[in-house]
Amino acid sequence: MKALLGLLGLAGLLALVEALPYTGLVSADFLPPTHRIASALAGEVGDSGFWHALWDTFVAWAIGLAIAVGAGIVAGIVIGTVPGLRAITASTIEFLRPIPSVALIPLAVLMYGTEIQSTLMLVVYASFWQVLIQVLYGVQDVDPVADETARSYGLGLWARIRYVLWPTALPYVMTGVRLAAAVALVLAITAELVIGAPGLGSRIAVAQASNAVPDMYALVAVTGLLGVAINLGARRVERRLLRWHQSVRGEVVV
Amino acid sequence: MLLEVRGLRKVYQGKERQVEAIRDLTFGVDAGDLVCLVGPSGCGKTTLLKCVAGLLNPTSGDVLLDGRRVSGPPPGMAVVFQEYGRSLFPWMSVRDNVELPLRQKKLPRARRRSMVDDALSSVGLGDTHDAYPWQLSGGMQQRVAIARAVAYQPNVLLMDEPFAAVDAQTRADLEDLIRDLWHKLGVTILFVTHDIDEAVYLGQRVIVLSSSPTVVREDVDIDLPDARDQLHTRAGNRFTELRTHIYAQIQAAKRESTPGSTDAARDTHLAKQVLQ
Amino acid sequence: MRIVLRIVLAVALPAVLFTVWWLATAGSTNFYLPPLREILRIFPDVWTGERLRTDVLPSLLRLAGGYTLAVVAGIALGVLVGGNRTVRAVLEPVLEFFRAIPPPVLVPVIMLFAGIGDTMKVVVIAAGCVWPILLNTVEGVRAVDSVLADTCRSYRITGPARLRHLVLRGASPQIAAGMRQALSIGIILMVISEMFAASNGLGFAIVQFQRGFAIPDMWSGILLLGLIGLVLSLLFRLVESRALAWYHGLRRVQRGS
Repeated sequence: MKALLGLLGLAGLLALVEALPYTGLVSADFLPPTHRIASALAGEVGDSGFWHALWDTFVAWAIGLAIAVGAGIVAGIVIGTVPGLRAITASTIEFLRPIPSVALIPLAVLMYGTEIQSTLMLVVYASFWQVLIQVLYGVQDVDPVADETARSYGLGLWARIRYVLWPTALPYVMTGVRLAAAVALVLAITAELVIGAPGLGSRIAVAQASNAVPDMYALVAVTGLLGVAINLGARRVERRLLRWHQSVRGEVVV
Repeated sequence: MLLEVRGLRKVYQGKERQVEAIRDLTFGVDAGDLVCLVGPSGCGKTTLLKCVAGLLNPTSGDVLLDGRRVSGPPPGMAVVFQEYGRSLFPWMSVRDNVELPLRQKKLPRARRRSMVDDALSSVGLGDTHDAYPWQLSGGMQQRVAIARAVAYQPNVLLMDEPFAAVDAQTRADLEDLIRDLWHKLGVTILFVTHDIDEAVYLGQRVIVLSSSPTVVREDVDIDLPDARDQLHTRAGNRFTELRTHIYAQIQAAKRESTPGSTDAARDTHLAKQVLQ
Repeated sequence: MRIVLRIVLAVALPAVLFTVWWLATAGSTNFYLPPLREILRIFPDVWTGERLRTDVLPSLLRLAGGYTLAVVAGIALGVLVGGNRTVRAVLEPVLEFFRAIPPPVLVPVIMLFAGIGDTMKVVVIAAGCVWPILLNTVEGVRAVDSVLADTCRSYRITGPARLRHLVLRGASPQIAAGMRQALSIGIILMVISEMFAASNGLGFAIVQFQRGFAIPDMWSGILLLGLIGLVLSLLFRLVESRALAWYHGLRRVQRGS
């Protein structure tokens, strides 16, 4: 029933976009009716350039996310386990985190031009913090009694990280990865759009520059679908990995 | 008769099946009475109370207040819920919690203030006006909820297992507080509980309910003296007789529903889910 | 003593990092990495006076306008959608779709309608910020406690009073979380929309520096953006911790038990 209503809502959106240009409220030059966007989408799908762009965006997203997740987890565990490090780094993290990643755009352009590295720089910077913060929450959540027990049985640092810290932190890590995955897509598309690095974003910029309005809408819709797919996928992975985890933890809102 | 329940029936319509929580309930409460409702756990007590309060619409039958049919929360009725932690606004101070319903009544400011002060001191909370409710103990929070009801000056006060979640000693204090307020204010109280001792100790009458689907099993007059106290009343012979009698009734009610007991438990569970 | 220790801890690492940056770039001849001393020296020249009025202020005003618009619209729509189960079921997939669209792609779309003036930027910022606020409000309104809702009904608290005392206050922690997400999106969109098409503003100025290879000026702009991000997030936290003092207190009590 709920899914049906949801489909009804989506159908309503499509019908609205189809009808709006005919009412004269908006010009069809600015908002083409649904069927023209759909045929533009069909044209894109038949174009190998579209698939190249999609692949480029995907690669930048995946590599950037992988780097950010790896770095975030390692940094989080080191900061969380080495005594005193957390207190020293807290203010710096609070300083650096709110710096908008787009501030780095000019720097990226100067250093890498329109290469993929430009995109990666923005993606990694923005998503790294999402992972790091969640890992730190996770490390903080480790039950001191469990850790003491592990110590008293003579478990070494590695074993404690492997068997005590990691299982506790995993739900938080997954939350961080999910948030980072969404942010990484935003920044990948942004970098392509503004800098012109290859990908869906630059294809949108080209469509806009050449006044191919239906194509632009079609591509925007694709980025939205990509975002939905990434959100759903991340949630699925999260659920699957945490199936064994009896306690369903509330997400820490940061 | 101030409050009248006639042929009340409530069926929850689930996705695939119906659950009959209340089959046929008829009883009345005179003005100024203190009546307790007891029944086996999951017998639809809360459903009944919500129907009386106008928070739920009965499937059939009527609730009459002062001869008028209740079709939504009526004026002059206040409810004290079991979940004190969730019935007080956590973002308001104790004072604002008590005052909010009065603001709705469009009373002038000075009058509201004095009513709030009176209500809070009548429940023994003279100096916690500015605290947030969650800063208080469970028993004190329930006192705030009672003060809010008292300040509202209702004709009828409905209480849904209000002391089920507080510890035993606090509970005894709160029971005495209710008897005390009832005497002072002359308000009509319908008090739902699963605790037989509490029902006998508090009530002038105890209405014993059957298992779900609920009907009235017995209407017991509590012929204990009006002045009651925790020590002597509970130790008396008559108290023991009454409580034993009601206990037996409830055990019988449970037994009668045993053939379908797992069903009944599931039903109540489902009923609660539907309720949410 | 403890306060001193905390201040030392807070300041130590940033001080070290700045010193390292300072020393490492002190004799830098790398064109792209000018000495920090140089960046800091020109910072006041670049960003005070004329440019404060022509670039920094317009940017901040656009951000304020768009963000305010998004907050008002997001909360209003969120209350409407969240209050009705059927409306929620119909709109949820649509809203999730709009939220998943990376906000910067809105810039070329909205340019079609609103040209490249201030309106475009304000609308872009509003259109990007509104989704997290809207969806969080929906979630917050939906999750209003059922016992509290019954309490309101039985005391006949309805209409505007119910909205003000129950719905909005009950949803406020969620709304604040949405507003915090929206703030960082807003800063991003402020910069992007000015980099894309503008004749003034922070984003515009920084791109001009970069294209004109005025590297120390560009670095000073990056520093300024970082500072703005930091100050706004601190301001937000300050306001939030005041407005939601009850919520944080309640959470502490719940965690403690």
